[in-house]
Amino acid sequence: MVKKIVYKFDVKTHVLVPKHIKLKKEEISEILQHYNIKKSQLPKIKKTDPAIEELEVEKGDVIKIIRKSPTVGETFFYRVVV
Amino acid sequence: MAKSIYEEYTELPQKLLDEVKREVEAHNLKGDQVKRVLDRVRTEFENAMISPGEAIGIVTAESIGEPGTQMTLNVFHFAGVAEVAVTLGLPRLIELLDARKEPSTPRIEVYLEKDISKDPVKVKRVAASIKETKLWEVADEFTVNMSQSRIEVYPNKSKMRDFVITETQLVKMITDLLKNVDARANKDFISIKLKAETFELKELYQLREKVRELHVKGVKGIKQVLPIKKDNEFVVICVGNNLKEVMKTEGVDFKRTVTNDIFMTESILGVEAARQAIMNEAIEVVENQGLDIDIRHIMLLADVMTSLGTVKGITRSGITGEKESVLARASFETPLKHIVNATLKGEEDKLNSVIENVMLNQEIPVGTGLPSLIAKIKDQK
Repeated sequence: MVKKIVYKFDVKTHVLVPKHIKLKKEEISEILQHYNIKKSQLPKIKKTDPAIEELEVEKGDVIKIIRKSPTVGETFFYRVVV
Repeated sequence: MAKSIYEEYTELPQKLLDEVKREVEAHNLKGDQVKRVLDRVRTEFENAMISPGEAIGIVTAESIGEPGTQMTLNVFHFAGVAEVAVTLGLPRLIELLDARKEPSTPRIEVYLEKDISKDPVKVKRVAASIKETKLWEVADEFTVNMSQSRIEVYPNKSKMRDFVITETQLVKMITDLLKNVDARANKDFISIKLKAETFELKELYQLREKVRELHVKGVKGIKQVLPIKKDNEFVVICVGNNLKEVMKTEGVDFKRTVTNDIFMTESILGVEAARQAIMNEAIEVVENQGLDIDIRHIMLLADVMTSLGTVKGITRSGITGEKESVLARASFETPLKHIVNATLKGEEDKLNSVIENVMLNQEIPVGTGLPSLIAKIKDQK
């Protein structure tokens, strides 16, 4: 077989993947209060999602996503881990 | 001085502020003028904001639906000089929004590392290492030798040089991939024998076909590669569907390598990447057709499709099927099925949304119909 260097690639560095941050408890309640919603009303993200593999998340954690938006520059988006 | 003035307008998005800053500098405006500009920008921004209760879903539906009527219905189109068939226009948009499991023309856009991407020779070499190569592509002849009961493979020397493979590698590959055979390199052919003592002639012929289709090199599933020039560097367009392996190939800049397969993107890079991919693909289709759909509509659509943590299409098995209201589901497709199932389960419809209230001729919770009076009843002492 022809030699092939196999290196593990880092999903986080891909152009399509925005930054994912795990939120602390206080921050979660702050956000829920700000939008006046329950946690279950947030959009969801799977626990097994490749982009949050290294964050060691549990069910019910909230992930803050910093997206690059073509309309406003930088926006925040929140997803609850299911 | 001028800097602090921007800080008073925190409600404006950073991108707008940057734009104002640039214009202010270009036109050399000062103090009061800057303030007037910013005030005007703020008024415009506030006017452009959507009011609570606005039915943005239906606006999106119509904004995408109307240009959709003007799209081409041609399924195959040869995009410019690139000799790769691509599904474009309405069929592609439907495929995208229905979230079909596999695109009808899977395609990977492979970007290469900086030092390789500008050298056509190196680009060709990487492209050749990605393309799936089978044994028959590097051999001239496959014969069944009856008297010796063996198969003889005559490799083509010049083709092997093109693909950078040696004969010993070939022999090793054959023995590794086919467990029940012995392969040996002879002077100008490779002989392959079955290990079993007795076998039928039929098996020998079957073996020959198997040997012909043996995977020699490259990424499985990549049927065609095509290097094209894009913004002063070379990009390899691959026909096929094996992103993970392509990303691992040497010389490939995986950070920029993308596929048009949304589900593949989701499984390797996650939902957020899938959302971005849906947007990019939809925008590409729209722009290709020379149409103009506001990006916000496409963003809303991509957000809705990925809101459940996985990509769901706008179909009765996708997000429409996840709706809470029975009547809303029934109004989309196959109404009887939904109503019968709901009856069997004893489901309840809380009439919280639009469609079910339209059906019942009631005020819909949109716009001015959204707020309602809630009386606070005091405890009676």
